Amino acid sequence: MHSPADIATSWPEAIYAHFRRIGVRQVGYVPDAGHSRLITLCQNDPQITDVVLTTEEEGVGLVAGAALGGQRAALLMQSSGVGNCVNMFSLLRNCGFGCIALVTMRGEFGEFNPWQVPMGAITEEILRLCGFLTYRVESADAVDEIVGAGCDMAFNGDLAVAILLSQRLIGRKQWTR
Amino acid sequence: MMLDRRKFVQRLLVDRGDLLVVPGLGSATYDVAAAGDHPLNFYLWGAMGGTAMIALGLALARPDRRVVAIPGDGDMLMGLGSLATIGVKQPKNLVVVVLDNARYGETGMQPSHTDAGVDFERMALASRFRQARTVTRIEEATEVRKLLHAGEGPILINSKIKPEDVPRVLPLRDGHAIKQRFIAALNAA
Repeated sequence: MHSPADIATSWPEAIYAHFRRIGVRQVGYVPDAGHSRLITLCQNDPQITDVVLTTEEEGVGLVAGAALGGQRAALLMQSSGVGNCVNMFSLLRNCGFGCIALVTMRGEFGEFNPWQVPMGAITEEILRLCGFLTYRVESADAVDEIVGAGCDMAFNGDLAVAILLSQRLIGRKQWTR
Repeated sequence: MMLDRRKFVQRLLVDRGDLLVVPGLGSATYDVAAAGDHPLNFYLWGAMGGTAMIALGLALARPDRRVVAIPGDGDMLMGLGSLATIGVKQPKNLVVVVLDNARYGETGMQPSHTDAGVDFERMALASRFRQARTVTRIEEATEVRKLLHAGEGPILINSKIKPEDVPRVLPLRDGHAIKQRFIAALNAA
């Protein structure tokens, strides 16, 4: 069992455990502070090919290609990255590719940079318009259950699922280091 | 001298064996269809800029198979960052064949950046592709075909094709059907 204090900091491990459980074999990401722990876990796993992207849009193509080849792929991005993907998301919808996207939110709770706010404020709506089912996680103790359910829906149902990890969960202090 | 696009693609895909082919939207998809419909073609009708990345995901998932991306120059220009991403991963089984007519053919043949001399061959080499070359003569197709099947990737072939309108050859357009057919054929092989 984990203590509440453990859970508060170990939620990336909970996501990673679901990647292992459902057999994610490729992970596409643009380096991100909020996802840094999860990215390291994926990089250190010989079963997972980590693919560092120049823009999140590339990750959508990666997911489709991986699925054609019989592998499950996950996308890690910041809310700003969602805006970079919009046209490419049509690939998921047109062909029915399953996709799990983990989105760290900027531009909300405690954001210090106003330039993040316009995109952060419309991230969830954009994802829905693009055909994603969206689920928000506000607290660390909810990560395991929500990410688990999202992964199952994405890959058992060939659905596009986005989990929005709120800025309150990620913690605002690390943005100001 | 420049290449007849249909003849060139036809020669690249002759006796294609178990090649996995991802043609980009527009004329590249029509060229690959004209060379002979095949279940291991993942035809794109959209997702401009994504062709090389779809091929990368496929190449990483299936290192036992050869994967060929065939974007047009406009598609490749929209996804230039993917050259850098491929350069990081160094997939040995991936070849990108750009069909470069220096034009946006689907929208009225407006000149693209390559018409001003922007050069994919040097961009690929600068992105750590193992090999890159520019092809202008149809006689080179035989050698390029060998690279598709056995060259050590990542490889980029910049194919200078004539800026001409050719009749459209329209393959399957239902994305679900294209995907399911591809996956079924790949699993059967």
